[in-house]
Amino acid sequence: MSNDDGIVLTEEQKRRRRARSIAIALSLGVLVLLFYAVTLVKGPAVLVRPL
Amino acid sequence: MSLVSEGTDLSQPLDLAQPSLAGVEDYVALLKPRVMSLVVFTALVGLLVAPGHIHPVIGFAALLCIAIGAGASGALNMWYDADIDAVMTRTARRPIPAGRVQPGEALAFGVMLAGFSVAVFGLLVNWAAAALLAFTIFFYVFVYTMWLKRSTPQNIVIGGAAGAFPPMIGWAAVTGDITLAPVLMFLIIFFWTPPHFWALSLLRADDYARAGIPMLPVVAGPDETRKQILIYSLVLAPVGLSPTLFGFAGLTYGAFALVCGAAMVALAWRVYRERTGPAAATAAKRLFAFSLLYVFVLFAALLADNLLTRLGLAL
Repeated sequence: MSNDDGIVLTEEQKRRRRARSIAIALSLGVLVLLFYAVTLVKGPAVLVRPL
Repeated sequence: MSLVSEGTDLSQPLDLAQPSLAGVEDYVALLKPRVMSLVVFTALVGLLVAPGHIHPVIGFAALLCIAIGAGASGALNMWYDADIDAVMTRTARRPIPAGRVQPGEALAFGVMLAGFSVAVFGLLVNWAAAALLAFTIFFYVFVYTMWLKRSTPQNIVIGGAAGAFPPMIGWAAVTGDITLAPVLMFLIIFFWTPPHFWALSLLRADDYARAGIPMLPVVAGPDETRKQILIYSLVLAPVGLSPTLFGFAGLTYGAFALVCGAAMVALAWRVYRERTGPAAATAAKRLFAFSLLYVFVLFAALLADNLLTRLGLAL
């Protein structure tokens, strides 16, 4: 492999990278839903954050 | 105190070009899901028995943040302890010593989750509870993992406070403050931790000695450990009853606490008496197994008792 080839992932590395990407996407999806639900629950009070 | 794990060999160049072999399950393992289950359960009880109302969505957000904060602590613990994990049989297959996750990956994962969980907790729930969560993470990572664990046989006694905070955080998520009741829940877990971990360490003393961790059986010997287990169990039994004694819980909880406390003391007495051979190992195993049940039963009873009180059915 010459230096110009860069990093070549094995099939196993590709599979694990894909699994990690899906997990990150799902986590972000859950986060979006959570923030959406909390915004609905709190209404305008979402901006009120007592210390 | 070094910010670099003591096990990290800085003489070797970091192989940053090597693609990660970490699977999703390795990142889940970094979160210590079994420890997290106890944290989430006790936090849930603290949240549900607290006076006042919390919307289920906000309550769910609170529990999620507590779970992620606990997971972040676990990841940072595994990052720092990778060197000793590698020489202990029980922990050698963890993602970092097994080579599936690079230390830097675990560090970044833990720091990101810790900051994220505290910030979201503060924004969505309240900042008093978020501050408690931040302090718990700080205590577990800096006070227990980096300082106490490698320096004193009292490591799990003082460090046990980190595991005792979750019900207090759950309570604060609802009320925004701390009163006697969450302090009693804190004390139950605090005094439960030493007999629980020392029972395990009696069985794993060789492992701890090889890793150079000054656990009580390694430093003071198994007999002193057995004595300390008995003493802490004798303290734990009345502390377990304290919610009823202080009027925070009813007789239903009190009955469970009395029976479980007596069983804990009886098993600790067995550990104290049986000092050699298979009988000694069996006694320690039984105490360890029962101690897990103890804390789950007590907190479940606390929740059930509170529910009965709210329904007007309390004894």
